[in-house]
This record gives sequence, structure tokens and C-alpha cells, in this order.
Amino acid sequence: MTIVVVMEQVPDVAEELAIAPSGTDLDRDAISYVVNEYDEHALEEALLLAETSGDEVVAIGIDATGELDQALYTALAKGAQRAIKLTGDFEGTWLSTRTAARLLAPVIEELAPRLVLVGVQAPDDLDGQLAPTLAALLGWPHASVVVGSELVNGMVRVRKELWGGITMLLELALPAVLGIQAARQAPRYVPVSRVRQVMREASIEVRDVEVTSDLAPVPVRLRFPEETGQAELLTGSASEIADRLIELLRARGLL
Amino acid sequence: MDPKQQKVAEVWERETAIVEGVDISGPWNRMFGQRVIWDYTPNLIEEIAQLPGGESFAWCYQCGKCVPVCPVDLVGDYGPRKLYRRAQTGISLLDSPDLWLCTTCANCLRVCPKQVDMIQIMPAAREQALLTGRPVPAELQEALENTAKYGNPLGQPARKREAWVKDAGIPVPILHQIQRPVEWLWWVECYPSYHPRGIDASIALARIFHALGLDFAILGREEKCAGDSQRLAGERGLFEMLAEENIRTLSKYTFQHIVVTDPHALNAFRKHYPKLGGQYDVWHYTTLLARELPKLQPLLTKPLPYRVTFHDPCYLGRHNGEYDAPRQLIQALPGIEFVEMLRCRENSYCCGGGGGGMWLDSFAAGHQRRRLSEERVLEAVSTGADTLVVCCPYEVSRFEDAAKSTGVEGRLRVRDIAELLAEAMGLIGEGAA
Amino acid sequence: MAQRIVVLVEHLYGEPTDVTFELLGLARRIADSDGAIVEAVLLGEGVRHLAETLPAERVILVEHPALRYLAPEATAITVTGLLRTDAPRLALLPNTSLGMDVAAWVASALDWPLVAYCQALERREGQLVATAQLFGGKILADVAVGTSPTVISVLAGAFAAAALEPAAPGTIEVREPPAELAALRTHAASLERPAAADVDITRAEKIVAVGRGIESKDNLELAEELAQALGAVVAASRPLVDAGWLPRSRQVGKSGLKVKPKLYLALGISGAPEHLEGMKDAELIIAINKDPKAPIFGVADYGAVADLFDVVEALLERLGG
Repeated sequence: MTIVVVMEQVPDVAEELAIAPSGTDLDRDAISYVVNEYDEHALEEALLLAETSGDEVVAIGIDATGELDQALYTALAKGAQRAIKLTGDFEGTWLSTRTAARLLAPVIEELAPRLVLVGVQAPDDLDGQLAPTLAALLGWPHASVVVGSELVNGMVRVRKELWGGITMLLELALPAVLGIQAARQAPRYVPVSRVRQVMREASIEVRDVEVTSDLAPVPVRLRFPEETGQAELLTGSASEIADRLIELLRARGLL
Repeated sequence: MDPKQQKVAEVWERETAIVEGVDISGPWNRMFGQRVIWDYTPNLIEEIAQLPGGESFAWCYQCGKCVPVCPVDLVGDYGPRKLYRRAQTGISLLDSPDLWLCTTCANCLRVCPKQVDMIQIMPAAREQALLTGRPVPAELQEALENTAKYGNPLGQPARKREAWVKDAGIPVPILHQIQRPVEWLWWVECYPSYHPRGIDASIALARIFHALGLDFAILGREEKCAGDSQRLAGERGLFEMLAEENIRTLSKYTFQHIVVTDPHALNAFRKHYPKLGGQYDVWHYTTLLARELPKLQPLLTKPLPYRVTFHDPCYLGRHNGEYDAPRQLIQALPGIEFVEMLRCRENSYCCGGGGGGMWLDSFAAGHQRRRLSEERVLEAVSTGADTLVVCCPYEVSRFEDAAKSTGVEGRLRVRDIAELLAEAMGLIGEGAA
Repeated sequence: MAQRIVVLVEHLYGEPTDVTFELLGLARRIADSDGAIVEAVLLGEGVRHLAETLPAERVILVEHPALRYLAPEATAITVTGLLRTDAPRLALLPNTSLGMDVAAWVASALDWPLVAYCQALERREGQLVATAQLFGGKILADVAVGTSPTVISVLAGAFAAAALEPAAPGTIEVREPPAELAALRTHAASLERPAAADVDITRAEKIVAVGRGIESKDNLELAEELAQALGAVVAASRPLVDAGWLPRSRQVGKSGLKVKPKLYLALGISGAPEHLEGMKDAELIIAINKDPKAPIFGVADYGAVADLFDVVEALLERLGG
């Protein structure tokens, strides 16, 4: 049986970002890409599940950057058995979540997995998160913000985080789609030596896909938030400072 | 019970014991069962010795010379002899915290009559642990991931690697901007590019180079970590990846020599880049400045009323044989009083940062009475020095932290040689241009 | 017929959550500008009494055991059914754990546009514009909201809450749960509160962090007191943990834990780069330190150069601690 993990590359938000002259996208030439950190957790959770269930883990991704190979080889080095890359003439564009879901859904259906794991969110999810979007297309039950999962009696038992430490426990019939917030343990480290070995031995399956009809493009204009700069200094006596702090916390609903 | 433990658990106690007519019955007449010598299997020694680079682990004949010179043993329980002995008694180095405590300082190798070489054993064993999926201390894992992702262990954007240049106050040429041959390519490395205290030393050094009229330039954002400490921490693949990229970058430019801030980069370029096709003439900045002393000396005009001592970086001294250049520079400083620590030169103590120790700080602290850096600053203070002089970028932050945690903060300052030289030249500090 | 703006009511342990009132307040402001009516969609089991507390013209109530905890599948199916029939102008859902499972599912199922991570929604030159917070908050995206029905998932805390009293008592319209709820593939749902004893600073919403400026172990009590008064937990920088004053599970920074609370109150922390790495993403950072040059002020939103003990005592007085 199969567990599918979706690996997505996203602009690295640790770097400085630039907006393209069109104003409708980032300047794709000036950014560097990293694997979406939540996808790393999804992969880790999939590998942990497969270690007990014996499932085959298939990593799949849409190559919108031309640089996805490294991420997929890393997934193979960590223990995924297969890697599939979807290519098409969308390289260097900002794929909406829904377009991505439509490209992925038929490939996932063909793989007939019992679980699909994706990262809970990505920094460029303007039109929502991938897990629920995919679930709606596939017609499978789902949950996201998942912080723990377990395959039991043909179901998947998941723990979904709400807030303040409150969690919801759910049992989903299979197949199901999970948006992973955090794997049970930190994503494993795979030495570069191992990745380089895999690059020599394993290969990535490539599928050409086509973006078909889509929603009318959303008119979007990107901008930077106003600068926040350095700390605003509160002056005066300790009492005056305390008054100002209380005021600040109240205004932000923190008291 | 594990059959291996069984033997140890066999204990004899006589119900009555009479020795020379005196009844000494009681629990003190206990005897432990004998363990015959062939109960020890060589398997766990072989496990290490069969790794490429791990061979000399099996050569240990337990003379114990390595233990008293081991900086880790001084604050804990360590030393190559002990690792061998532990492997004999059933403790696998690959699964033991011992695997991550060696700083590859090379003081054991200096005294070992059997050439048991931890500098090769440790990276080999660590790589094996990584390849077999054994857990890596989280701090180290993060540093390795950062290096793979960003080209530096701090996880800072590549673009910011040259950001310090705008605070240098003098022009610092960057090769991808000037596009012309230079005599000296200055390999700045990660901590001197990103860490605030490292940047202080970089600015000082840049001003010194400028004042000497040196024809130099840096790589800026194109430079990636030289990778030596990552290699010693077990990530040979990562090292090779970095080295290949750096060699590719260097091949784009024309220069005669490389000058490095970081002794670990010196080590990488001298000993490991040539194997991957990168042949360069590499100098540590102290060696270069000592050669320039005739020109430098007249510029050292401001007396510095400090009593200083000097910490030999392991990778400059023991690993690469340079003990004199830093001392020549210190002694050239007007007004300086120089005192040696007891452990100096070939027998210098270790700051704890080498061999990946830089990224195992909390892990190591959990297995030691005190940090190596703390041990060292206390030694520095005991000489009566008010300034600890360093010339390796790992050391400034390590020793400053250690001075804080040992409470000698107000009594001991930590300065890079470049900072002292620049101060004596009036290039930094009060009255600087 | 007037256009509708629909708000999904999020509730937990029998109480509507704060974000519900923020969404209703937002809906009200937009409705006031174009004459739409605000409808609250209240799903659950035994939640009818909540309907009266909701400031909306109409409350649509669907009750079913499967909706008790607003589990994803049942909620998404029910909301999809309601929206398909009613075709409101806007559907506002919270971009929270419960809401994000519904918003994207519903929008995908109906093939309606969706704007997620919305932090502002306002009329500009006659056009409704939603602003989404993307790329780790580094970029804002202004999206023109068309006239066709649109789903917007709104960040919690981005908007002021509506007044608690309904402007006029709303009508309650009870709808039948959709037939699909009988054939759900999500089988059991329950909620679990966190065990009281453990402190996980990575999940704390408010942190009072102490550094060397706290001077002695005994003074930690003061920090504990303040934390209690604020509903926060105490964390520390490395030197304190090294000194054994607090367990390693409380250490923030490179070799400790990374935290991202709503409030990070740093007391006597100078802000070594290793520490900043662990907390710079906190939403609101307030630093109190004697040293005006402490690097912590470089990342803090507000700072005070002052004696931390004086300020903490003044705060405790005001918080009734």
C-alpha cells in the first residue's frame, strides 16, 4: 500500500524578497527556493507511518522552479521509495493552490494511495491550503494542522491541533488527506553523502502535465508592509512605563 | 539480564570467613567473579577500524599518554584510550555520546606512540553514524542543515554575507563587482561575515589591509563555508559539495594567493581542497601580517597598556604549525605586556569549538563539568592578563560567553589580533578615522 | 433581495471564539457600506442558545451530532450545501485550525474564488479589496474581490470584534442537516485539553523571558508572579539555564527552543544573536533592559531602558498581582 507525500518548493522567506515590476508576483529571478518546511514534516510523518505499516512512500511534486530534483532526491535518501516530478510550461510562475491541486489529483488517483500527506500550509497559499483543496477534488475525508497520526484498523487516527494546546482527535476512513503541522519527531537529517549516493543510483519519474482551464486570474497587487524598524522606546518612571505597557497589552487584546 | 552483564554480576560472599583465626564474616568479604580475557570481543573495535580512516583505532595499546593531554578529559571523562577500552567492554562508539565530544584538537595525536589518529577516526565514525541513521544532536543537525541550505552554519542569507562591508569605512573590493585580477583573495568565512563580534574583527582586518596598501578583494555573496568543521563533524558529502562549489567559484577569478581569517578554512584549503582539484597558495592572516611587519611596525603608533595572553587555535598551531606569527604581531604592539599561559604552543588547550564542537555547545556542556572555553578563560585570568588575544573566529564569541558564565567578564576582554593591531594603528576605537 | 455576507461561527467548549466576533464585526462594517445583511452560520449540537449572543441579522442554525466539534468533513459538507443554496456575496471564515479545513474545501468544491490569510478587507474606490498576508508576513497581496460569490478566510486578531449585543435581535432560521452527514467517513471526534503540568514554551501565547539581568535565582519568583498575572509562562536565555535556575525546556535560542508567541516580554535579556534567533518571530516583543545599547532593542517593538525590578513591580501593582 502507498502513502503519497507532496513536496513543494517555496520562496525562502528568510531571504530578502523582491516584487517583480508587474507587481503581481515576486521577482522570481531574485529569490531562492527551499522545500516548504511543513512538507518536510509531512515527509517525516509519512516515513514514520511507513516504518510501522510497511507502506511504500511516494514523494511527488510539481516542478515550478526547475530545481525540484534536489528535494526529491533528498526524500529518496530519507527513505521514500519512489519520486515523481510533474513538469509543464509553468516553470517560474506562481501556481495557485487550486491549480496545483488539479495537477496533482489525477496522478494521486492513479497511485491509489491510502493516505496523502502534505504540509499544512505554504508561504504562498493566497487561495488557501493544499490539503483541504485536494481533499475536495478527490472527495476524500481530511484534516489539517495534524500533529500526530497512526494507522489503526484500516483507519487513520489523527490529532489535530486547535489552539492553546487543545487538540481534536479524529478517525478518518481511508483513503484520506492530511495537512501536517508537525511530525511526531523533528524531520530526520540525511547526510549529503547519502543524497549524493542516491543521485547516482536512483531516478525520478517525470510526467508531463498541462494546466487546463482555470479560474479567471485573480487581480492581485503585491506590496511590502510598512516598515516597523527599531523598538519604540518608552520613557519616564517605572510607573509610567508600566502604565504604557498595560495600555499596549490591552489594545492588542493580550490582557 | 544481558549475558554480557551476567559475568559482572557474579559475586561470591562467604557465609563465614575466617582469616588467620580472625572471623571477618560479613558483606565485606565479597569477591567479584572473574572475567576471562576472551570475554571481550573485538567486534566494536573492528566496527570503527574497518571504516576508511578508522583503521588506527585498533592500534591503541592503552599506554594512556593521550588522556592527560586531552582537553575534554580535563573537564570530563574522555581520551582515545578510554574510547578503545569502552569499545572493548561493549560500548559502541557509534551509539555513545563520546562520539560527539572530541573537538579534533590533535593534542592526543601529538603524544601517541601508536599514531592513533582521532582526526581521521572521528569524521569516519561520525559519518557512519549519520549514514546508519543514528540520531544527531539537534544543534549540530541544524548547523548542518543551515550549511546545506544557505552555505553557512548560521542559517543567514547568502546575500548578507557581504553586508558588513558597508560598515568597514574603507573600500572593500568584491570580486563579482570589480572583475579584475587581484594579488590576495581574502577568504572571510562565515562567522567573520555574519557574527557581530566576527564582523568587528573583519572590519579591523580590512582597515589594516587597506592601510598596508594590499591588493585584495573578497568573494562576498559567492563565498560559501569552506566546510572543514562540517567534514570533521561527519558530513563529508556536505564538505565535498561546498568544496566543489567553492572551487568552481574560485576558478572564475584570477588571484595569486588566498589569505584566510579562519584557521579551519586554512586547514581545508591546505589539506583537503587539493584532493578535489583546488590547489591554492593559502596564508593565515597572521602569517601574512607577520611577513608585512617591516611595513606594519611603523604604523603601530598608539601604545596599548594591556597585559595580554594568547590562545593558540588548534587548527593554526598543532594542525598547521604556525605558532610564531601571532606572537610576533603581539610583541610588535607598543606598550603591550605579553604573558604565556602554561598550556601554550604545541600543548595549547582547546576552545571546544573545533570538529563540530561549535555546534554542540549545549550537548557537550551536558557531559562536562565545565565548557572547554570556560576552563581556558580561567587559565587566561590566572596569568594576570586583562586581555585574551585570539586569531580564530570561533573563539571571540566562545570566550566572551565563557567569561560571562564564569563571572570574569569585567576582568578579561577577548580581542582578535586584528582588533589590537588596528587599535594600535588608530584605525578603530577612539580617534579612529 | 439584499445581498448577504455569511460568517461561520467558530465555537469551542460551548463558547463562540473571539475570532467569531471579529468576523461579525468585519461583516457588519462591510454590510453598512453596501446595505447587505449579515448572516451567522451556527453549526453544532445543542448550540441554539448561542444564536442569541451573535450580533447578526439572521442566524442560520444547523444541528447534528456530527457537527458537535466542527470536525472538518461534516462542517465542510454542511457549509458547502448552505452556500450553494444561498449564494451569498461573501462568506467569511476564520483562518484558524477549524476554519482553514473548511474554507479551502468549500471554495474548491463550489469552485468559488478564495482569499486566505486576509488581514484587511475594505472598499477602495468602490471596489472591495482583500489584503492577504503572505510569505511569512513579508509581503501583502491586495486582491480585488469580484462580484461573484467569494470565500475569504480571515486571520484571527486582525479585526476589532463586534459589539457583543446584537444591534437588533436576529431571526433564527433552522435548516435541516444535509443527508450526507449520515454517510461521513470521519468517525470519531473528541477534544482534549492539554495536561496541566507540562509547560511547552513553543506553544505558549505569552512568554515572560528572563536573562542575566534578573541577577539571582530568588528573583525568578518575581518573573513567575508577573507571568501568572499575565497568563504567560516563564522562559529564559542560556546563562540562566546553564546556571541550573530553570530547566532546559525553558531555554529560548539557538541551542534551546524557537518560540513564536503573541507576546514576548524580555526582562534583562541583552539579546545575543543566538538568543534572537529563537524569538525574533514573536508577534509583539517588549524589552526591558538597563543597557540602551542592548541588541534586543533592535528586534523589539517596544523597549524601555529601565530597571526591570521597578517596572515589574509597577506592572504587578497594576495587574493586582
